Amino acid sequence: MKKILFIEDESALQKTFGEIITQEGYQMMSALDGETGLRMAKTKKPDLILLDLILPKIHGFDVLKKLKEENETRDIPVIVLTNLEGLEDVEKALKLGATTYLVKANYSLEELLEKIKKALGEESGTSD
Amino acid sequence: MGGIIIVSSWAIYVIGNRYIEDPLIIALVVIFITTLLFIIAFIITQSFERLAEASRMKSEFISIVSHQLRSPLSNLKWVVELLMSGKISPVSEKQTEYFKVLKENSERMEELVSDLLTVSRIEQGKLSFQKERISLRDLIEKVIKEVGIFSKASNVEISFNSEENLPQIMVDPDQIKLVIGNLLDNAIRYIKERGKVEIDLKKKNDNLYVEVKDNGIGIPKDDQKYIFQKFFRSANVKRHQTEGSGLGLYIAKSIIKKSGGKMGFQSQEGIGSTFWFTLPIFMK
Repeated sequence: MKKILFIEDESALQKTFGEIITQEGYQMMSALDGETGLRMAKTKKPDLILLDLILPKIHGFDVLKKLKEENETRDIPVIVLTNLEGLEDVEKALKLGATTYLVKANYSLEELLEKIKKALGEESGTSD
Repeated sequence: MGGIIIVSSWAIYVIGNRYIEDPLIIALVVIFITTLLFIIAFIITQSFERLAEASRMKSEFISIVSHQLRSPLSNLKWVVELLMSGKISPVSEKQTEYFKVLKENSERMEELVSDLLTVSRIEQGKLSFQKERISLRDLIEKVIKEVGIFSKASNVEISFNSEENLPQIMVDPDQIKLVIGNLLDNAIRYIKERGKVEIDLKKKNDNLYVEVKDNGIGIPKDDQKYIFQKFFRSANVKRHQTEGSGLGLYIAKSIIKKSGGKMGFQSQEGIGSTFWFTLPIFMK
Protein backbone atom coordinates (compact mmCIF):
# COMPACT_ATOMS: atom_id res chain seq x y z
CA MET A 1 0.00 0.00 0.00
CA LYS A 2 1.46 3.35 -1.04
CA LYS A 3 1.85 5.99 1.65
CA ILE A 4 0.90 9.64 1.22
CA LEU A 5 2.00 12.30 3.69
CA PHE A 6 -0.28 15.34 3.81
CA ILE A 7 1.33 18.39 5.42
CA GLU A 8 -1.57 20.77 5.97
CA ASP A 9 -2.63 22.79 9.01
CA GLU A 10 -6.39 22.63 8.32
CA SER A 11 -7.62 19.59 10.17
CA ALA A 12 -10.98 19.64 8.34
CA LEU A 13 -9.16 19.33 5.05
CA GLN A 14 -6.97 16.56 6.44
CA LYS A 15 -10.11 14.65 7.37
CA THR A 16 -11.88 15.08 4.03
CA PHE A 17 -8.79 14.20 2.09
CA GLY A 18 -7.91 11.31 4.37
CA GLU A 19 -11.32 9.80 3.71
CA ILE A 20 -10.98 9.91 -0.05
CA ILE A 21 -7.33 8.84 -0.13
CA THR A 22 -8.02 5.84 2.12
CA GLN A 23 -10.95 4.81 -0.05
CA GLU A 24 -8.66 4.86 -3.06
CA GLY A 25 -6.43 2.34 -1.32
CA TYR A 26 -3.61 4.56 -0.12
CA GLN A 27 -2.33 4.96 3.41
CA MET A 28 -2.73 8.54 4.56
CA MET A 29 -0.43 10.19 7.10
CA SER A 30 -1.14 13.64 8.49
CA ALA A 31 1.12 16.41 9.70
CA LEU A 32 -0.41 19.66 10.91
CA ASP A 33 2.76 21.77 10.78
CA GLY A 34 6.00 22.02 8.84
CA GLU A 35 8.23 20.67 11.59
CA THR A 36 6.16 17.50 12.13
CA GLY A 37 5.89 17.11 8.36
CA LEU A 38 9.67 17.15 7.92
CA ARG A 39 10.18 14.66 10.75
CA MET A 40 7.53 12.29 9.40
CA ALA A 41 8.96 12.51 5.87
CA LYS A 42 12.27 11.24 7.24
CA THR A 43 10.93 8.53 9.54
CA LYS A 44 7.87 7.23 7.67
CA LYS A 45 9.34 7.37 4.15
CA PRO A 46 6.13 8.23 2.23
CA ASP A 47 5.78 7.59 -1.51
CA LEU A 48 4.32 11.06 -2.05
CA ILE A 49 4.05 14.30 -0.11
CA LEU A 50 1.21 16.80 -0.43
CA LEU A 51 2.46 20.09 0.93
CA ASP A 52 0.60 23.27 1.83
CA LEU A 53 2.71 26.45 1.84
CA ILE A 54 1.31 28.55 4.66
CA LEU A 55 2.16 26.34 7.63
CA PRO A 56 2.87 26.87 11.33
CA LYS A 57 6.44 26.52 12.68
CA ILE A 58 8.22 26.00 9.35
CA HIS A 59 6.93 27.60 6.12
CA GLY A 60 6.12 25.26 3.25
CA PHE A 61 8.93 26.65 1.07
CA ASP A 62 11.47 25.87 3.80
CA VAL A 63 10.00 22.39 4.23
CA LEU A 64 10.35 21.82 0.50
CA LYS A 65 13.90 23.14 0.49
CA LYS A 66 14.93 20.85 3.37
CA LEU A 67 13.17 17.85 1.82
CA LYS A 68 15.14 18.31 -1.37
CA GLU A 69 18.44 18.86 0.50
CA GLU A 70 18.31 15.65 2.53
CA ASN A 71 19.44 12.43 0.85
CA GLU A 72 16.71 10.33 2.43
CA THR A 73 13.82 12.55 1.27
CA ARG A 74 15.22 14.04 -1.94
CA ASP A 75 13.52 11.55 -4.28
CA ILE A 76 10.03 11.70 -2.75
CA PRO A 77 7.73 13.54 -5.20
CA VAL A 78 6.14 16.64 -3.66
CA ILE A 79 2.85 18.12 -4.82
CA VAL A 80 2.41 21.65 -3.56
CA LEU A 81 -1.27 22.14 -2.73
CA THR A 82 -2.01 25.71 -1.76
CA ASN A 83 -4.20 28.70 -2.34
CA LEU A 84 -1.29 30.98 -3.18
CA GLU A 85 -1.33 31.48 -6.91
CA GLY A 86 1.19 34.20 -7.58
CA LEU A 87 3.50 33.42 -10.46
CA GLU A 88 6.50 34.01 -8.20
CA ASP A 89 5.24 31.34 -5.77
CA VAL A 90 4.75 28.78 -8.56
CA GLU A 91 8.21 29.50 -9.98
CA LYS A 92 9.84 29.31 -6.55
CA ALA A 93 8.20 25.97 -5.70
CA LEU A 94 9.15 24.38 -9.03
CA LYS A 95 12.69 25.72 -8.72
CA LEU A 96 12.98 24.18 -5.26
CA GLY A 97 12.00 20.81 -6.73
CA ALA A 98 8.22 20.44 -6.42
CA THR A 99 6.81 17.91 -8.88
CA THR A 100 3.56 19.79 -9.39
CA TYR A 101 1.97 22.99 -8.13
CA LEU A 102 -1.78 22.93 -7.62
CA VAL A 103 -4.06 25.78 -6.52
CA LYS A 104 -6.74 24.27 -4.27
CA ALA A 105 -9.53 26.49 -5.53
CA ASN A 106 -9.03 25.31 -9.12
CA TYR A 107 -9.37 21.56 -8.55
CA SER A 108 -12.15 19.15 -7.74
CA LEU A 109 -11.41 16.07 -5.60
CA GLU A 110 -11.50 13.86 -8.70
CA GLU A 111 -8.98 16.02 -10.51
CA LEU A 112 -6.73 16.04 -7.46
CA LEU A 113 -6.82 12.26 -7.30
CA GLU A 114 -5.76 12.09 -10.94
CA LYS A 115 -2.78 14.36 -10.21
CA ILE A 116 -1.82 12.22 -7.23
CA LYS A 117 -1.98 9.02 -9.28
CA LYS A 118 0.10 10.64 -11.98
CA ALA A 119 2.72 11.80 -9.50
CA LEU A 120 2.92 8.33 -7.98
CA GLY A 121 3.26 6.69 -11.38
CA GLU A 122 5.35 9.08 -13.39
CA GLU A 123 7.13 11.92 -11.72
CA SER A 124 6.93 14.55 -14.45
CA GLY A 125 7.25 18.24 -13.60
CA THR A 126 4.29 20.38 -14.53
CA SER A 127 2.96 23.67 -13.36
CA ASP A 128 -0.72 24.59 -13.07
CA MET B 1 9.24 70.79 -3.30
CA GLY B 2 12.44 72.09 -1.60
CA GLY B 3 13.50 73.79 -4.83
CA ILE B 4 10.20 75.66 -5.07
CA ILE B 5 10.56 76.92 -1.47
CA ILE B 6 14.15 78.15 -2.07
CA VAL B 7 13.15 79.93 -5.31
CA SER B 8 10.07 81.45 -3.63
CA SER B 9 12.12 82.69 -0.64
CA TRP B 10 14.71 84.20 -2.98
CA ALA B 11 11.93 85.91 -5.01
CA ILE B 12 10.37 87.32 -1.81
CA TYR B 13 13.79 88.62 -0.73
CA VAL B 14 14.36 90.31 -4.14
CA ILE B 15 10.86 91.86 -4.18
CA GLY B 16 11.15 92.88 -0.52
CA ASN B 17 14.51 94.57 -1.22
CA ARG B 18 12.85 96.70 -3.87
CA TYR B 19 9.88 97.88 -1.81
CA ILE B 20 10.97 97.71 1.86
CA GLU B 21 13.87 99.69 3.19
CA ASP B 22 14.41 98.13 6.62
CA PRO B 23 16.50 94.91 6.21
CA LEU B 24 15.13 93.57 9.52
CA ILE B 25 11.55 93.66 8.19
CA ILE B 26 12.70 92.05 4.92
CA ALA B 27 14.36 89.23 6.91
CA LEU B 28 11.25 88.77 9.05
CA VAL B 29 8.95 88.63 5.98
CA VAL B 30 11.25 86.10 4.26
CA ILE B 31 11.43 83.94 7.42
CA PHE B 32 7.67 84.12 7.93
CA ILE B 33 6.76 83.20 4.33
CA THR B 34 9.43 80.47 4.11
CA THR B 35 8.10 78.91 7.34
CA LEU B 36 4.58 79.08 5.97
CA LEU B 37 5.69 77.40 2.71
CA PHE B 38 7.48 74.69 4.70
CA ILE B 39 4.33 73.95 6.70
CA ILE B 40 2.17 73.80 3.53
CA ALA B 41 4.72 71.53 1.79
CA PHE B 42 4.82 69.26 4.82
CA ILE B 43 1.01 68.94 4.92
CA ILE B 44 0.83 68.20 1.17
CA THR B 45 3.57 65.54 1.37
CA GLN B 46 1.93 63.94 4.39
CA SER B 47 -1.45 63.83 2.62
CA PHE B 48 0.05 62.16 -0.44
CA GLU B 49 1.85 59.63 1.73
CA ARG B 50 -1.34 58.89 3.64
CA LEU B 51 -3.30 58.47 0.41
CA ALA B 52 -0.68 56.10 -1.02
CA GLU B 53 -0.62 54.16 2.25
CA ALA B 54 -4.44 53.92 2.35
CA SER B 55 -4.54 52.66 -1.24
CA ARG B 56 -1.79 50.12 -0.53
CA MET B 57 -3.56 48.94 2.64
CA LYS B 58 -6.87 48.57 0.79
CA SER B 59 -5.30 46.35 -1.87
CA GLU B 60 -3.42 44.36 0.77
CA PHE B 61 -6.61 43.98 2.79
CA ILE B 62 -8.50 42.58 -0.23
CA SER B 63 -5.62 40.24 -0.97
CA ILE B 64 -5.35 38.90 2.61
CA VAL B 65 -9.10 38.54 3.10
CA SER B 66 -9.48 36.79 -0.23
CA HIS B 67 -6.70 34.31 0.57
CA GLN B 68 -8.17 33.65 3.98
CA LEU B 69 -11.61 33.07 2.45
CA ARG B 70 -10.28 30.68 -0.14
CA SER B 71 -9.17 27.96 2.27
CA PRO B 72 -12.52 27.40 4.00
CA LEU B 73 -14.22 27.62 0.60
CA SER B 74 -11.98 24.89 -0.83
CA ASN B 75 -12.75 22.74 2.22
CA LEU B 76 -16.44 23.32 1.78
CA LYS B 77 -16.31 22.46 -1.92
CA TRP B 78 -14.42 19.21 -1.35
CA VAL B 79 -16.62 18.10 1.56
CA VAL B 80 -19.74 18.64 -0.57
CA GLU B 81 -18.13 16.71 -3.43
CA LEU B 82 -17.29 13.88 -1.06
CA LEU B 83 -20.84 13.76 0.28
CA MET B 84 -22.33 13.92 -3.22
CA SER B 85 -20.11 11.07 -4.42
CA GLY B 86 -22.00 8.69 -2.12
CA LYS B 87 -18.71 7.28 -0.84
CA ILE B 88 -19.55 8.14 2.76
CA SER B 89 -23.13 6.90 2.66
CA PRO B 90 -25.86 6.51 0.02
CA VAL B 91 -27.40 9.82 -1.02
CA SER B 92 -31.12 10.32 -1.67
CA GLU B 93 -32.42 12.35 -4.60
CA LYS B 94 -33.62 15.09 -2.28
CA GLN B 95 -30.22 15.28 -0.57
CA THR B 96 -28.47 15.47 -3.95
CA GLU B 97 -30.70 18.40 -4.84
CA TYR B 98 -29.65 20.31 -1.73
CA PHE B 99 -26.00 19.33 -2.09
CA LYS B 100 -26.16 20.87 -5.57
CA VAL B 101 -27.42 24.13 -4.05
CA LEU B 102 -24.50 24.06 -1.58
CA LYS B 103 -22.03 23.32 -4.37
CA GLU B 104 -23.34 26.07 -6.65
CA ASN B 105 -23.24 28.61 -3.86
CA SER B 106 -19.73 27.73 -2.76
CA GLU B 107 -18.65 27.97 -6.40
CA ARG B 108 -20.24 31.41 -6.65
CA MET B 109 -18.37 32.55 -3.56
CA GLU B 110 -15.16 31.15 -5.00
CA GLU B 111 -15.67 33.07 -8.22
CA LEU B 112 -16.27 36.27 -6.30
CA VAL B 113 -13.14 35.78 -4.20
CA SER B 114 -11.17 34.98 -7.33
CA ASP B 115 -12.46 38.20 -8.98
CA LEU B 116 -11.52 40.21 -5.88
CA LEU B 117 -8.01 38.76 -5.95
CA THR B 118 -7.66 39.63 -9.64
CA VAL B 119 -8.82 43.20 -8.93
CA SER B 120 -6.33 43.47 -6.08
CA ARG B 121 -3.55 42.23 -8.40
CA ILE B 122 -4.56 44.72 -11.10
CA GLU B 123 -4.45 47.57 -8.57
CA GLN B 124 -1.09 46.52 -7.17
CA GLY B 125 0.27 46.14 -10.72
CA LYS B 126 0.94 42.48 -9.98
CA LEU B 127 -1.29 40.85 -12.59
CA SER B 128 1.19 38.51 -14.28
CA PHE B 129 1.08 37.69 -17.96
CA GLN B 130 2.59 34.56 -19.47
CA LYS B 131 2.48 35.29 -23.16
CA GLU B 132 2.31 32.62 -25.84
CA ARG B 133 1.72 32.66 -29.58
CA ILE B 134 -1.86 31.46 -30.02
CA SER B 135 -4.75 31.30 -32.44
CA LEU B 136 -7.51 33.58 -31.12
CA ARG B 137 -10.02 31.65 -33.22
CA ASP B 138 -9.16 28.37 -31.44
CA LEU B 139 -9.34 30.10 -28.07
CA ILE B 140 -12.81 31.54 -28.79
CA GLU B 141 -14.04 28.12 -29.98
CA LYS B 142 -12.75 26.62 -26.73
CA VAL B 143 -14.64 29.15 -24.60
CA ILE B 144 -17.84 28.64 -26.64
CA LYS B 145 -17.56 24.92 -25.96
CA GLU B 146 -17.06 25.55 -22.24
CA VAL B 147 -20.14 27.76 -21.89
CA GLY B 148 -22.17 25.35 -24.05
CA ILE B 149 -24.17 23.82 -21.19
CA PHE B 150 -24.93 27.22 -19.69
CA SER B 151 -26.11 28.68 -23.04
CA LYS B 152 -28.23 25.60 -23.78
CA ALA B 153 -29.84 25.80 -20.35
CA SER B 154 -30.60 29.48 -20.97
CA ASN B 155 -32.01 28.79 -24.47
CA VAL B 156 -29.35 30.96 -26.04
CA GLU B 157 -27.90 30.15 -29.42
CA ILE B 158 -24.26 31.11 -29.98
CA SER B 159 -22.91 31.65 -33.49
CA PHE B 160 -19.29 32.34 -34.36
CA ASN B 161 -17.99 33.88 -37.57
CA SER B 162 -14.31 34.18 -38.20
CA GLU B 163 -12.22 35.39 -41.12
CA GLU B 164 -9.95 32.73 -42.59
CA ASN B 165 -6.15 32.66 -42.25
CA LEU B 166 -5.87 35.08 -39.36
CA PRO B 167 -2.40 35.53 -37.89
CA GLN B 168 -1.51 34.18 -34.46
CA ILE B 169 -1.00 36.67 -31.64
CA MET B 170 1.21 36.91 -28.53
CA VAL B 171 -1.05 37.03 -25.48
CA ASP B 172 -1.62 35.27 -22.17
CA PRO B 173 -4.21 32.66 -23.25
CA ASP B 174 -5.62 32.25 -19.72
CA GLN B 175 -6.23 35.98 -19.32
CA ILE B 176 -7.80 36.40 -22.77
CA LYS B 177 -9.93 33.32 -22.12
CA LEU B 178 -11.15 35.04 -18.97
CA VAL B 179 -12.11 38.14 -21.00
CA ILE B 180 -14.03 36.17 -23.67
CA GLY B 181 -15.63 34.06 -20.93
CA ASN B 182 -16.78 37.18 -19.09
CA LEU B 183 -18.28 38.77 -22.21
CA LEU B 184 -20.06 35.56 -23.21
CA ASP B 185 -21.28 34.97 -19.67
CA ASN B 186 -22.77 38.48 -19.54
CA ALA B 187 -24.33 38.13 -22.99
CA ILE B 188 -26.02 34.84 -22.07
CA ARG B 189 -26.95 35.89 -18.55
CA TYR B 190 -28.73 39.08 -19.57
CA ILE B 191 -30.88 37.68 -22.33
CA LYS B 192 -34.47 37.65 -21.15
CA GLU B 193 -35.72 34.51 -22.77
CA ARG B 194 -34.72 32.84 -26.00
CA GLY B 195 -31.93 34.75 -27.59
CA LYS B 196 -28.82 34.69 -29.66
CA VAL B 197 -25.24 35.74 -29.24
CA GLU B 198 -23.12 36.45 -32.30
CA ILE B 199 -19.36 36.47 -32.10
CA ASP B 200 -17.27 37.95 -34.90
CA LEU B 201 -13.54 37.74 -35.32
CA LYS B 202 -11.70 39.65 -38.02
CA LYS B 203 -8.54 41.55 -38.85
CA LYS B 204 -8.80 45.32 -38.58
CA ASN B 205 -5.62 47.21 -39.50
CA ASP B 206 -2.86 45.91 -37.21
CA ASN B 207 -5.27 44.30 -34.76
CA LEU B 208 -7.53 41.33 -34.37
CA TYR B 209 -11.04 42.57 -33.65
CA VAL B 210 -13.57 40.57 -31.61
CA GLU B 211 -17.22 41.51 -31.31
CA VAL B 212 -19.78 39.86 -29.00
CA LYS B 213 -23.32 40.91 -29.91
CA ASP B 214 -26.42 39.93 -27.96
CA ASN B 215 -30.12 40.71 -28.10
CA GLY B 216 -30.38 40.99 -24.33
CA ILE B 217 -31.72 43.61 -21.95
CA GLY B 218 -29.12 46.23 -22.92
CA ILE B 219 -27.60 48.93 -20.72
CA PRO B 220 -29.63 52.05 -19.79
CA LYS B 221 -28.12 55.21 -21.31
CA ASP B 222 -27.48 56.84 -17.92
CA ASP B 223 -25.54 53.81 -16.71
CA GLN B 224 -23.33 53.41 -19.77
CA LYS B 225 -20.54 55.71 -18.55
CA TYR B 226 -20.09 53.63 -15.40
CA ILE B 227 -20.11 50.19 -17.01
CA PHE B 228 -16.34 49.54 -16.72
CA GLN B 229 -16.16 50.73 -13.10
CA LYS B 230 -15.53 48.30 -10.27
CA PHE B 231 -18.62 46.89 -8.54
CA PHE B 232 -20.98 48.77 -10.88
CA ARG B 233 -24.16 46.95 -11.87
CA SER B 234 -26.79 48.78 -13.87
CA ALA B 235 -30.32 49.17 -12.52
CA ASN B 236 -32.02 46.87 -15.04
CA VAL B 237 -29.38 44.16 -14.48
CA LYS B 238 -30.08 44.18 -10.74
CA ARG B 239 -33.79 43.78 -11.47
CA HIS B 240 -33.13 40.97 -13.92
CA GLN B 241 -30.47 39.03 -12.05
CA THR B 242 -29.42 39.26 -8.44
CA GLU B 243 -26.12 37.42 -9.01
CA GLY B 244 -22.94 39.13 -10.09
CA SER B 245 -20.26 41.24 -8.47
CA GLY B 246 -19.86 43.98 -11.05
CA LEU B 247 -16.17 43.14 -11.41
CA GLY B 248 -16.14 41.18 -14.68
CA LEU B 249 -16.02 44.08 -17.12
CA TYR B 250 -13.50 46.03 -15.02
CA ILE B 251 -11.22 42.98 -15.03
CA ALA B 252 -11.81 42.34 -18.75
CA LYS B 253 -10.94 45.91 -19.74
CA SER B 254 -7.83 45.92 -17.52
CA ILE B 255 -6.58 42.70 -19.11
CA ILE B 256 -7.19 43.95 -22.67
CA LYS B 257 -5.47 47.25 -21.87
CA LYS B 258 -2.45 45.45 -20.43
CA SER B 259 -2.37 43.21 -23.50
CA GLY B 260 -2.00 46.31 -25.70
CA GLY B 261 -5.60 46.38 -26.94
CA LYS B 262 -8.78 48.41 -26.53
CA MET B 263 -12.29 47.55 -25.37
CA GLY B 264 -15.63 49.28 -25.83
CA PHE B 265 -19.32 48.73 -26.42
CA GLN B 266 -22.54 50.02 -27.95
CA SER B 267 -25.82 49.30 -26.23
CA GLN B 268 -29.49 50.15 -26.32
CA GLU B 269 -31.84 49.25 -23.50
CA GLY B 270 -34.30 46.56 -24.51
CA ILE B 271 -32.52 45.91 -27.83
CA GLY B 272 -29.14 44.48 -26.84
CA SER B 273 -25.44 45.16 -26.41
CA THR B 274 -22.34 44.74 -28.53
CA PHE B 275 -19.03 44.52 -26.71
CA TRP B 276 -15.81 44.60 -28.73
CA PHE B 277 -12.09 44.42 -28.09
CA THR B 278 -8.92 44.53 -30.11
CA LEU B 279 -5.58 42.80 -29.65
CA PRO B 280 -2.46 43.87 -31.52
CA ILE B 281 -1.00 41.47 -34.06
CA PHE B 282 2.57 42.73 -34.03
CA MET B 283 3.00 43.03 -30.27
CA LYS B 284 6.42 41.79 -29.22
